[in-house]
Order: sequence, then structure tokens, then C-alpha cells
Amino acid sequence: MTASQRPIKVVLGKPGLDGHDQGAKVVVRAMMDAGFEVIYTGLRQTPQQIARIALEEDVDVIALSSMAGSHLPFCRRLKPLLEADGLDDKLWVIGGNLPAQDHQALRELGFKGIFPSGSKLDDICDYIKKEVK
Amino acid sequence: MNLPQKPAMKKVINESGIEVKPLYTAQDVEASGGMEMVGEPGQFPFTRGIHREMYRKQPWTMRQYAGFGNPAETNKRFKYLIANGQTGLNVAFDLPTQIGLDSDDPLAEGEIGRVGMSIDTLRDFEIAFDGIDLKKITVSLTINGAAAILIAMYLAMAEKRGYDIKELRGTAQNDILKEFIGRGTWIFPVEPSIRLVGDTIEYCATHAPKYTPVSVCGYHIRESGATPAQEIAYAFCIAKAYADDAIKRGLSVDEFAGRLSYNFNIFGNIFEQVCKFRAGRGLWAKIMKEQYGAEKPGSMWLRMIAAGGGGGLTFEQPEVNIVRGAYYALISALSGTQTMALCSYDEAYTIPTEYSARISLRTMQLLVEEMGLTETVDPLAGSFYVETMTNEMRKKMEEIMAEVDAQGGIVKMVAEGSIQSKVSAQAYGMLRKIESGEFPKVGVNCYRNEQEDDHPVEFHAYNEQDAQVQIDALNRIRAERDNAAVDAALSRLRADAAACRNVMPALVEAVKAYASVGEMTKELVNVFGRYQEPIRF
Repeated sequence: MTASQRPIKVVLGKPGLDGHDQGAKVVVRAMMDAGFEVIYTGLRQTPQQIARIALEEDVDVIALSSMAGSHLPFCRRLKPLLEADGLDDKLWVIGGNLPAQDHQALRELGFKGIFPSGSKLDDICDYIKKEVK
Repeated sequence: MNLPQKPAMKKVINESGIEVKPLYTAQDVEASGGMEMVGEPGQFPFTRGIHREMYRKQPWTMRQYAGFGNPAETNKRFKYLIANGQTGLNVAFDLPTQIGLDSDDPLAEGEIGRVGMSIDTLRDFEIAFDGIDLKKITVSLTINGAAAILIAMYLAMAEKRGYDIKELRGTAQNDILKEFIGRGTWIFPVEPSIRLVGDTIEYCATHAPKYTPVSVCGYHIRESGATPAQEIAYAFCIAKAYADDAIKRGLSVDEFAGRLSYNFNIFGNIFEQVCKFRAGRGLWAKIMKEQYGAEKPGSMWLRMIAAGGGGGLTFEQPEVNIVRGAYYALISALSGTQTMALCSYDEAYTIPTEYSARISLRTMQLLVEEMGLTETVDPLAGSFYVETMTNEMRKKMEEIMAEVDAQGGIVKMVAEGSIQSKVSAQAYGMLRKIESGEFPKVGVNCYRNEQEDDHPVEFHAYNEQDAQVQIDALNRIRAERDNAAVDAALSRLRADAAACRNVMPALVEAVKAYASVGEMTKELVNVFGRYQEPIRF
């Protein structure tokens, strides 16, 4: 599937209980402007909910926005669910308040794209365009 | 070194959309409406301050936001801050507590004690405030979705400690409408959520008349993308929604309006911010007097915490946030606030350390002790620029409030998600302006370091054991308490909620029986249902 056939399809989830969605919504708008089809989940998604949407919507990218520090325990629970649904060939990315010391652990959990606070919107979109082929 | 874009004599428009001139004279003040709304401090319309003597009599309360882990750890941080001269507490709760989940709820996994302290039952409050004199140190609870429960818990804890509830001071944030716009700790749908706020206002008016049950927050709406003028205007629309509910219950405006307070943000252009507060004070007094018929001066006062500034702090060059914080504190002092708090320089990364929290506290103390900010009330009054901009900001706020009314009111806009969509589009526009360099941000789009140093930020160590400690404590309480009393109180809560009676008496009974936050929330969810977030772009 290439970008010329259909727009890149992204599910952007707000994992866990964190309610800080300003950044997530800004990234959704940037992705829409970049021509992606974006499904924004809204707040308080469980790993099961995010995995289900990703599967049902046949997305190319699973993106998470986490601001309140629970990214590692959440991603540990999400990884096996995505794998069980055969979604490990999709691009997994995560953004938000992600201390550098956690990046290696996130990569090991399958998150290839890591975009801590301060990342540029166009860098996020360009990265996704490059990685989704 | 990259420099900011600087075209010659560019037209300057402030964030609120008002043009800023290179020079102001007496004619500008006249043309903007003159000095009619300025008045004297302590007198209607209170533009210059709600008290005549302001900080001469008492400097602002210093109230750093704090809380993490379990109640015992938070109690230590509270005592540290008090020992360093802090004069009030501002309590941070973890997310499970904020949205009404017990620590053993599967949805709470990984979140217990992470962004605030974990509270399950009254026992936790007893530990958190142990040894703290609640008469000397007023406590502000940053709680919204679960506010009615936590207010009941605070009153019960204070009563148990022997305090006279009629004399007890303190504040709960309890502004649910803004949670739907930003911050996101809602639980119930919009209508019953407003009803719960009304229950707390009504209950406190009789039982705890010195307690402030609501602190209406422009703060988080601003953080979500609103301009400074929108921040105030939307907050006033929200406050009016609560006031209308209270009046529908038969309360007179003077019975409750004196206990409403506000929480506003302080980042941005110094003059725009100070004028925002002066304009807001006059406008609120006018609204309360003319639209609500308030007679007591206290009912017309814009009592506030002007604080935080998180949205202005940067991830890049975090140590520069210490300086930003000092300017924000200056804004807050010049604005005539009652209470001040500052986001710490490391707060874009982590829960502040004792060290960074102390720097914030010292910043505020500097203004009091060294800089002369407490000596004279409203020192910027009479400046051609400040008076003109205050008039123009007030007009802008009135226009925004009229727009909200024309679109069906704030409650409708929140319920359909249109206000969320509007501020989020603005946040996107602002970030694009920052990324392009059109809106300068030092260290971000100009004056970046050639090579970013390792950030001098020490991460708050999250203790993975805290969750189990908290769950064990909850299980002990469940085994020890009188479960028949808990069941009776929860049945009463369910019945009162279903019959549209004020739920506060039942909540007070339930917390005193050591019912948990999650148990009480479940009863209310069974009656009220859960909020479904409208997704609109």
C-alpha cells in the first residue's frame, strides 16, 4: 500500500488516565494538514481499546500521546495485544513527556518513532511519510 | 546563533487581538473610555484591587502545587514547603483519585501516586494533613470530577481534628466545565456535573460559609489554546453557569457569590496580562452588580490565584524557566492577586524536586521582601498605556462573552465540543507560529544553544512500590470499617442522587464511614452515567 493509493491512516490514542490533550489534538491537526487520515480516540483509552481500533480501522500507524508519566507501564501492556492482532508490522510511534532515559525501553517495546516534547510537527509527519511505504 | 525575525516597525497585535501602539497619551485613554472604570482600590468597580490596602495589610498567599506518591510522602513535602515559608497548600491528586477510581481498580494500574497523591478514604486525608494547622495554612484541593467527594472528605477530616467547620477556610477547584475544555478529569455528563457543583455551593453556603467551594479556572482554557481575553471571558461564562444554577436552587446571589474564586494564568506579555486582570476585576464586579443584583461588595470581588505559567515555560534550556518564572511572578504581583504559585523550572519534565520548588518559593518571597511589590497598591494605575489597554481588554472580553451567548451559551458549546475545537485550532495556529519563528520563543525558535547541554533536571523517582502500599492500606480499611454503615451511606447517596436531592449530606456520611472514592463515584455513575467526549476538529 503506498501513499498514492490511499492516505496514510493513523490512530492517535490518549493512553491511560491523562487528560492533557492539547498536544495530541495539535498533532492530529498537523497530520490532517499533511494529508493523513487520522482517527483520534479521545481520552482514557485502555490498551485493549487502542488495539481494537487499530485492527478494525486497518491503520498504518499507531500513535500515542502521553504527558503524565505512565507511558512505560502502558506500552508494556499494549505491545502483546498489538502483536496478538498481527499489528507488529505497523509503525508504532509515541510522543509527549518522554524522558530520554526511557527512550531505549520504548524502542525495545516496539516504538520506532519517539517524539518527546519540543519535537517539530513537520518532523513527526515527515518521519511517518518516510516510514510508511 | 539564530536571531528573531525583526522587520522594521511591524504592526504589533497582542495575543488577545488588540493592536499595541508605540506610544500612548491621555487622548488614547479618553478614546478607549476614559478613567470611568478605574475607581479606587477596595471600591466598586474594583479595577485597582479588591482591598484598599492590598499587600500592605497582607502579602499574597504562596501556594505551590504539590503532591505525589502516597499521603505520607506528600505530608513530608507539605511540611518541607511550610518550613520554607509557604503560607498555603495546593494539593495535587493522582489521576485515579481525580477521576474517582480506587487504587485497586484495574484502570488505575501504572498511575497510582504518579502525578499527585493517591487518596482512597478519609484515612488518607488524615495522614496527608497530619500535624498541619488548618487555621494557619489554608488548603486548596485541585480536584474537579471527584470534587464533591473530596470536599466532603476535607470537611470531615477537619471536623474530626476539632476545627469548627463554620470557620474553616479553604478552596476546592471544583470547576468541571473547564475540565471538558482542557485538563480532562471529567466523570459524569455535563448536566449532572454542573448539578454537583451546585450541590457543593449550596451545601457550603449553609454548613461551611467560609469555605470556597469553587475556583473557576481560566487557567487551563488558556493552556489549551485560548487567548488571555478569552481566558477571562470563558471563565466568566462558566462562573455565570454555576451562579445561575445556585440561583435556581433559591439561593440569593449574596449568599454564595462571595465564596466564588478564580484561577488564572500568568504567562505572556507583561502588560497584556496585568491589564487582563485589571479589566477582569472591573468586568466581574459589573456583571455581579448589574446582571445579578449583588449588593455585598464581597459578591462583586474577583478573588483569584494568578499563577502557574506552565504554558509559557519551555522544554528547551529549562534553567531559563527560572527567569521566566520570576517575570510571571512579577505579573502576578502587579495584577493584585490574592494567591500566587509558580510552575517550577523543571515542570515541563517532571514533578518538581524540593530544590526547584524552593526556587519558586524564593522567587515569590523576593518580590515581597526585596522588590517593593507589596508597598503600594496597583502601582501601574494611571499609565496611559495600562489604562487604555485595560479598557480595550475589557471591551474584548465583553465581545467574547456576547459571542458565547449568541452561540447558545457556554454549557451548550462545551457539550457539543465547539469550544474545545476552537481553542484547539488556536493552539495549533500558535504552535505553527512558534515553529516558523513568527512568535518568538527564546531557546526554542531563537537563541537556541549551538549544542544542547544535558538538561540540569533531576527526574522525580516514581516509586513502583507506592501502588501496592496504597492498595494494602485500602484493603485494611475495608476490613476494619463498619461495612453496614458504609452500605447504608452509599444507599442514601444513590437515593439522593436519583431523587435530585443535594448529595453532600450523604457524601459526608459516607466519607465518615470510610467509604472509598471509587465506591462513592460508582454510585453516582450508576445514577448520572458517564460523559462521552465529543470529538470535533
